[in-house]
Amino acid sequence: MRRVVITGAGTINPLGHSVPATLEAMREGRCGIGPLDIRDIDRLAVKIGGQVRDYDPLVEFNRQQIALYDRFTQFTLLAARQAIAQSGLSFVGELAARAGVVLGTSGGGLNTQDENYRAVYEEGKNRVHPFVVPKLMNNAAASHVSMQHNLKGPSFTVATACSSSNHAMGQAFQMIRTGLAEVMVTGGSESMLCFGGVKAWEGLRVMSKDACRPFSATRNGMVQGEGAGVFVFEERERAIKRGAEILAEVAGFAMSSDAADIVMPSKNGAARAIAGAVADAGEPLERVGYINAHGTGTAANDKTECAAVADVFGHHADALMISSTKSMHGHLIGGTGAVELLACIMALRDGVIAPTIGYEEPDPECALDVVPNEARDAQVDVVLSNAFAFGGLNAVLALRAV
Amino acid sequence: MAETVKQTVIRIIADQAMLEPQDVTMDQTLDDLGIDSLGLVESIFAIEEAFDISVPFNANDPTESDFDISSVAAIVGAVEGLIAAQKA
Repeated sequence: MRRVVITGAGTINPLGHSVPATLEAMREGRCGIGPLDIRDIDRLAVKIGGQVRDYDPLVEFNRQQIALYDRFTQFTLLAARQAIAQSGLSFVGELAARAGVVLGTSGGGLNTQDENYRAVYEEGKNRVHPFVVPKLMNNAAASHVSMQHNLKGPSFTVATACSSSNHAMGQAFQMIRTGLAEVMVTGGSESMLCFGGVKAWEGLRVMSKDACRPFSATRNGMVQGEGAGVFVFEERERAIKRGAEILAEVAGFAMSSDAADIVMPSKNGAARAIAGAVADAGEPLERVGYINAHGTGTAANDKTECAAVADVFGHHADALMISSTKSMHGHLIGGTGAVELLACIMALRDGVIAPTIGYEEPDPECALDVVPNEARDAQVDVVLSNAFAFGGLNAVLALRAV
Repeated sequence: MAETVKQTVIRIIADQAMLEPQDVTMDQTLDDLGIDSLGLVESIFAIEEAFDISVPFNANDPTESDFDISSVAAIVGAVEGLIAAQKA
């Protein structure tokens, strides 16, 4: 079977507007979560989030583009530009037809929906901008990446809530592996931090009002974030032949469905996806040195995830490290797995394990090495990235050092 | 005659449990009634809407919340307390 490597990475998220800035923040355990700066914040009970700061779309895009690009599309295009530039690829001729883009998002153009519902319902307007539909659709980001970079192969959008990015990257991986494509631009994006987006999450009563503290006994819920992570996946022989810099190998992928509950996670479903990804990578369990946890900071996720890891790895669960970078950037929902994959690449390439910040007190039900508060130097060869979505849809990626 | 707070709370809980109000007793727990965490969150929403109050409740750790959900009687008492405090 063909092998797949990562030859480019890009991001914009609450920790930084580039991969180096993001990795530096993760190394330093910096928190990107703060007071939300959005309209009608006084009517929200949850007033914090991981917002992308110091961002002015007019610096990056012209007015015509902004009329078409929702914030989630803007983030995607910026991250894709960085990733493709790093890969050194240009998509012309035969390669263009053999290269595609698969991206994850959950809410798509939610800001566009929010703004335009306001216009018609709250302000009573009877007319909206002509581009509302192409701006809000979930595949807008994937399509604009395809147009800007001339990617003419298999392209689509995956929406599986909090697993969207991992499912998208899993698809991209399989496509190259099985010969459907040579290069895939993949990852995900989310921008739900608007009044309606936060209000909807408030309803579930699982949001923290002060901080995201995964695995800590004092945790009190999740915090939303926004941003994008985009990668260039490439067939390994091809990347080696052209002398590309290889960031990591995508070694395995597995998905599973709990088939149980629309919001409560299941240990069995998570465990099957974790074990499946390691098996798909052809690695013994003992070689897994680090797991980037789904680690949302909710009681339901953290306990279930730790139990699943303990089940799969047995004694080795105590030897491996598991951290949740959501403590720093928040939960990017459909884009979260993509930004979190950066922590996996940092672990493999730089030997730095990103910490779980905000950690205050051990929870006996999460008794694993969660790399509390400070990054750690460690050499690891195989790492996992977990994503477990509402709806019970699980997707786990395994990366290997090159 | 208008519903009392107790009657309204029981009606909401019974609705969630898919029972008749007369089949809900004050000493029952949500477990007894087969109401899970999602059902509880939905019941609290219905209570907030019915009484125009705000219920302090975090689904991450229901026992840590100031809102006592240990039995039907406890919920009725907690709602009465919130109405008194928030409508005062």
